[in-house]
Amino acid sequence: MPETTDPKQLPGADPHTGNRLIDPVSGYDTTGHDWGGITELNTAFPKIVIWALVLSFGYSVIAWILLPAWPYGGDYTRGLLKRDQQVQAAEGFRDLEAGRQDWMTRFASEDPAELQADAALMQTALPAARRLFDDNCAACHGAGGTGGPGFPVLADETWLWSSAPETLVEILRYGINSDHPDTFYGEMPAFDWMERSERAALSTFVVALQDGSADFDSDAGALFTENCASCHGDDGAGGLEVGAPALTDAAVIYGQDHATVMETLRHGRAGVMPSWEGRLSDAEITLLALYVAQLSEAAQP
Amino acid sequence: MTGTLTLRERQVALALAVLLAVLGLVMAGAARQGVMALHGVMAIALGLGLAFRIGGTLDDPAPPRDRLTRYDDGPTRFGIIMTLIWAIIGMGVGVWVAALLYWPEATPLVPWTSFGRLRPVHTTGIIFGFGGNALIATSFHVLQRTSRARLADSLSPWIVLLGFNLFCAWAVTGYLLGSTQSKEYAEAEWYADLWLVVIWVLYFVLYIRTLARRIEPHIYVANWYYMAFILVVAMLHIVNNLAMPVRWSAPESFPIWAGVQDAMVQWWYGHNAVAFFLTAGFLGMLYYFLPVRSGRPIWSYRLSIVSFWGIVFFYIWVGSHHLHYTALPFWAQTLGMTFSVMLLVPSWASAGNAIATLNGAWHKVRDDATLRFMFVAAVFYGLSTFEGSFLAIRPVNSLSHYTDWTVGHVHSGTLGWVAMIVFGAIYTLVPQLSGREHMVSPRAVEWHFWLAVTGTLVYVVALWNAGITQGLMWRAYDENGALSYSFLESVQAMAPYYLLRTIGGALFLTGAVICAWNCRATMRAAQGEATDRPLAVQPAE
Ligand code: HEC
Ligand code: HEC
Repeated sequence: MPETTDPKQLPGADPHTGNRLIDPVSGYDTTGHDWGGITELNTAFPKIVIWALVLSFGYSVIAWILLPAWPYGGDYTRGLLKRDQQVQAAEGFRDLEAGRQDWMTRFASEDPAELQADAALMQTALPAARRLFDDNCAACHGAGGTGGPGFPVLADETWLWSSAPETLVEILRYGINSDHPDTFYGEMPAFDWMERSERAALSTFVVALQDGSADFDSDAGALFTENCASCHGDDGAGGLEVGAPALTDAAVIYGQDHATVMETLRHGRAGVMPSWEGRLSDAEITLLALYVAQLSEAAQP
Repeated sequence: MTGTLTLRERQVALALAVLLAVLGLVMAGAARQGVMALHGVMAIALGLGLAFRIGGTLDDPAPPRDRLTRYDDGPTRFGIIMTLIWAIIGMGVGVWVAALLYWPEATPLVPWTSFGRLRPVHTTGIIFGFGGNALIATSFHVLQRTSRARLADSLSPWIVLLGFNLFCAWAVTGYLLGSTQSKEYAEAEWYADLWLVVIWVLYFVLYIRTLARRIEPHIYVANWYYMAFILVVAMLHIVNNLAMPVRWSAPESFPIWAGVQDAMVQWWYGHNAVAFFLTAGFLGMLYYFLPVRSGRPIWSYRLSIVSFWGIVFFYIWVGSHHLHYTALPFWAQTLGMTFSVMLLVPSWASAGNAIATLNGAWHKVRDDATLRFMFVAAVFYGLSTFEGSFLAIRPVNSLSHYTDWTVGHVHSGTLGWVAMIVFGAIYTLVPQLSGREHMVSPRAVEWHFWLAVTGTLVYVVALWNAGITQGLMWRAYDENGALSYSFLESVQAMAPYYLLRTIGGALFLTGAVICAWNCRATMRAAQGEATDRPLAVQPAE
């Protein structure tokens, strides 16, 4: 490479500026390099950049002195403030809990019925309960407990089990068909051993149950009494507290049209309601049970 | 494409094309079904297509005798075309996923259109497809012009470009079919990663060989940035993708990293993908096209040196700021935070250097939309690096992390900075390489500029609002000490912002489509080739 392209090498050149081009706009000389027409100004290093560097380095050095920062050997510098993020997180949670202690603790110890009767307490608690529900339950049950295919409506007067707050607390704690040892257990068995024609007749019968036009004296009625009544009740109205829904009302979980009922009969059903023990505190579980009870009450005319 | 290759080079190219087809056959044969087999078939198709194309030219006349006295611009032209194609794919899918966030119920009931599969198609399509092709194409141009030397050989630029695009195509089709390593921006599976390593090494070797032929003893700063980009991306890519394939014939693998180490390696990679893919390379672009277009010398030579080394040194440390308040040890978070703050100075020094370079050319900025693209790019570079350092401060991060503020920040960088400088470069290059004074439609460039700026502002402002709203809603407690909002409410609050973001993105996409049309028309109306010639003496053939 020819060295002569560097003006500093040119004979008689000033070692600092060379006899380099002066940029007419800024008045600065250029560095003398030329890359296919691109040149660079020999501008002095701006002071403000030095100050900015000093400032940002200063910030960092202070942070290193105060906070955990540099690793060495098997350890790291702890910092003068002795911060530990696990401890800080635990403290943060404790502070937040302390902020709701005065009303929240009552839900851990008192009787649900008594709590329900305390209007002032419920007024404080219900808005919190709604957000707790939206955060934990709405993904399945819908915001406001409106339900959806496979997930029962909670904002209505019908129940798979019971409307008693004590039962609701247990359902939340242990779940239904969940992996908790004390889980509620409610399974709709598969009737795949039946003739398809029998299932079709039963299905027509179940559809008719809903609008009250079902004939219990028919062959299908007999099949129902024989196979289904033990769980769904003699008249199909449920209420036996075994997790089997009433088939005579408007409320449905999966659907009470012919096709869906055929599906239910062929394969059976066992919806899973997770157990919340360990994931929510006792107080939160009681609070949610009362919220669900209130949703149901509010929905009734 | 083959016009500038000698007969001997064409023979080698033919052999390589057949080899690619054989590789595809082996992949397809070993995998038999699924993604890897499809990718094998894609390699066969590309290999055979190239083989026929090259085979048909074996009897064509030899290249013009003076070919070595010209710059090798064919690969750059092809790279620009691929850049524009990927721009439309990547931005199109971006607008699509943005719309899905606003109308989730519009997701068609087929797996490949689900959000989770489309999102990496958008990110990979844009970062690697659009950004990568733009970087490779412009790097060939900048390298030759600043060295005043022709590319070291005529074959490897094509191998680099075609191979890189095959990688991109493998990656995005893989995601659509559900194949992923689940590492953000590194979703492609092991065989695609290995392929990219080979291509990348070729790229680096080509770069160094050409640079060695330069006329000017000093290496221009743009080339340092391009080299840092190539070298560090290779290092990041290899380390983050270290994985053990389940079988040699299966498109699945286990990463060798686990737990918090995996998270740290991933974000060391992830943030340096931002640093060395989306920043260093594009700074190279800025440092070349800005002075060329404005006709001004770089404002400060010293500043460009200090910012180069500052950027290269500090960036490597900052990845851990993506893992604030996680299982990552506190000390690593502090280091990530402080280095992010120190990084601001060299970043702003670059942005300031670029803007000060425009002194004496402000009338051009006013009149020339192409130069305005570059000016806006420099401004957004300054804005988003400031924002980045700010968001890396732990307490700020506790508000912004996991919110759409992060997404807004990324897009102020990618739309405002990266895409703008690419468009500025393209509008400078396309007429030059077509032997023309101007683009076919300067008015369309003006339209593109305003669509791009409006789109970026709408997008970024909407997501700032969205992110800060989310952050505030998530941490709000009422007077009873209970959360003020459920998560659901914070999702519902996003609706207007997500709609605006979709509109902003659509405006930006419209601009890109106009650009693609304009470039196509300009290339078709070419009046020859670039007129400048290398100075470096070429080795005899
Ligand atoms: C993963 C989905 C899911 C989540 C989350 C969930 N549930 Fe359930 N829940 C169900 C299903 C399914 C059933 C019905 C079980 C069955 O079919 O036997 C159910 C049943 C119930 C019942 C009994 C309804 C009745 O009619 O007797 C109550 C009460 C209930 N859930 C409350 C809650 C509350 C409160 C929460 C939030 C803490 C919650 N659920 C979260 C799926 C869920
Ligand atoms: C062992 C008790 C049991 C028997 C016997 C039983 N069921 Fe059920 N059935 C249930 C339970 C429990 C459910 C709720 C399942 C769930 O929610 O996952 C249910 C659900 C249903 C549903 C779905 C209701 C809806 O809202 O979607 C239909 C329909 C139904 N049963 C019909 C029948 C018919 C017809 C028979 C007789 C052939 C029958 N069941 C026998 C326990 C039983």
